[in-house]
Amino acid sequence: MSLTVFALTGAALVGLGVYGLLALPHLLRRVIAFNLTGSGLFLFFGAAGARGGAVDPVPQALIITGIVVALSASALAVGLVVALARSSGKVVLPDEDPAP
Amino acid sequence: MTSLVVLLTLPLVAALAVLALPERRREPLGLLTVAIGLVAALTLAASVWRSGPVLLTLGGWTPPLGIALRADGLAVALILMSALVMSAVALAARFEMRATRVGPRAAFGFWVLMALLWGALNAVYVSRDLFNLYVGIELLSLAAVALVALSGTAKALAAALRYMIFALVGSVLYLAGVVLTYAAHGVLDIGLLAARMPAESDALALGLMTAGLLAKTALFPFHVWLPTAHAAAPAPASALLSALVPKASFLILIRLWFEAMPDLASSAAVMMLAVLGSIAVIWGGVLALVQSRLKLIVAYSTVAQLGYLFLIFPLAGGGGSVQPWSAGAWTGAMFLALSHGLAKAAMFLAAGICIAAVGSDRLGDLRGLVRHLPMTVAALALAAITLAGLPPSGGFTAKYLLMTSALAAGQWPLALVLVGGGLLAAAYLYRPMAALFAREARIAPRPVPRIWQAVPLTLAASAILLGLFSATPFDLLQIGRPEPAEEGL
Repeated sequence: MSLTVFALTGAALVGLGVYGLLALPHLLRRVIAFNLTGSGLFLFFGAAGARGGAVDPVPQALIITGIVVALSASALAVGLVVALARSSGKVVLPDEDPAP
Repeated sequence: MTSLVVLLTLPLVAALAVLALPERRREPLGLLTVAIGLVAALTLAASVWRSGPVLLTLGGWTPPLGIALRADGLAVALILMSALVMSAVALAARFEMRATRVGPRAAFGFWVLMALLWGALNAVYVSRDLFNLYVGIELLSLAAVALVALSGTAKALAAALRYMIFALVGSVLYLAGVVLTYAAHGVLDIGLLAARMPAESDALALGLMTAGLLAKTALFPFHVWLPTAHAAAPAPASALLSALVPKASFLILIRLWFEAMPDLASSAAVMMLAVLGSIAVIWGGVLALVQSRLKLIVAYSTVAQLGYLFLIFPLAGGGGSVQPWSAGAWTGAMFLALSHGLAKAAMFLAAGICIAAVGSDRLGDLRGLVRHLPMTVAALALAAITLAGLPPSGGFTAKYLLMTSALAAGQWPLALVLVGGGLLAAAYLYRPMAALFAREARIAPRPVPRIWQAVPLTLAASAILLGLFSATPFDLLQIGRPEPAEEGL
């Protein structure tokens, strides 16, 4: 039962994250949305790996690797956002600027 | 097997070493790395040629517990092409990415990112585990995004961020597919997945992974990030991004559809991929036709050329019995990937030379450049022959194989796309050629060393040689070929 709750929470996080990634123009929000999606996937993965009583160690190993990958991607993305904000004074992509 | 280990570890070690070494050691180390890598790629290719696919199980653990690496003919052909492009880019970067030209930051970052990109490419080419492929494609995307941002201008940063968003959405979708696959089967090895019991979630998993990889391969309608990103990067970086990076995500698609889950390929799904590819061929060609900068023309041409690759899905195996070759369409698409890689890298490196000579890549500023830079213009012309698919280039061999398959299978709309795309390529490549061969010259260009000019010429010539001596690469690609490549999806 609790596993179903975990899996459903994961699915909800993925949905929220994908919406944010596609719909929010603010770049920092998009980076956060990406992390939300990643967390949702990992939660779902963990729940899927714990089915049937015995815990499967493979999803845990993959989740840890996935977190490292997501962290590196977030670090690069935040670095780029900061560099863009410094050089252009904006935190949105040029053609998505609501107030040009 | 040693050469495979070298190809996977050497670039990563080199990336770390470049970080630690002083500036004057950076360039010799980079050149030494590509030289060793090229030798290792040749050794691996010779070994695959002699005795079939090379298999490596990491730490001696067999799947499903361990991760398997396998260098088949396709992987080794891509490894060899990448090693050639890397060597050429490293030689060009000696001149183009000098700290005095591009600033110390870009000069420093380029060698590190190039090595990381290479390590990630080789890992993706040989991996047989879906999650390992995910890690490889992520490392590749991060290195590629950083290469786009290398110049540090607001325009380059915006292009890099747009690329990053597409790459992140792509990786999330791919990872979701991997999670669903594991939840259903408990394995991620491609060989084991081929022998799985079909589950209901398989179609959704394959769909998610495919969508993610399409975003990374920049297939229409996910192509919008590619031209700005590839045009914003310094020319040697653009060469890597355009020639090599999309091939990695395309290869994963091939592994998924032809090797892991060929049973899921419905005719509607493969047709949809081919239709998107056809639109990319036409739309990319039309947009390339209206650009006024050489780098943007070359970048939009990448959108078009990548579209051809997706014709493989319905064409593979089409009319197999009436063709003189087995797996004609499959081999044709792979030939296109190889020859496009060589020709596109040559074009971007030549564009970099033009920018170094006249300080701009606007077609108006390039007029009459043939008299000052004959070798560079020759490289552009030879690469254009390959991209337009004219004989005797590798691009011609590729289009010929695809075309005979399309006609044998009765898929004449796809044959029309092949013809139309070739005509469009000839049209959009004619404009820069006409400018370069113009009689009057606007300005006196800065001199460019001959060795630098010889680099893109060598690459473009090798794309032609791929067509002249196509029998050997043809046979190499057949080694370890998956069964659906011959019988169709």
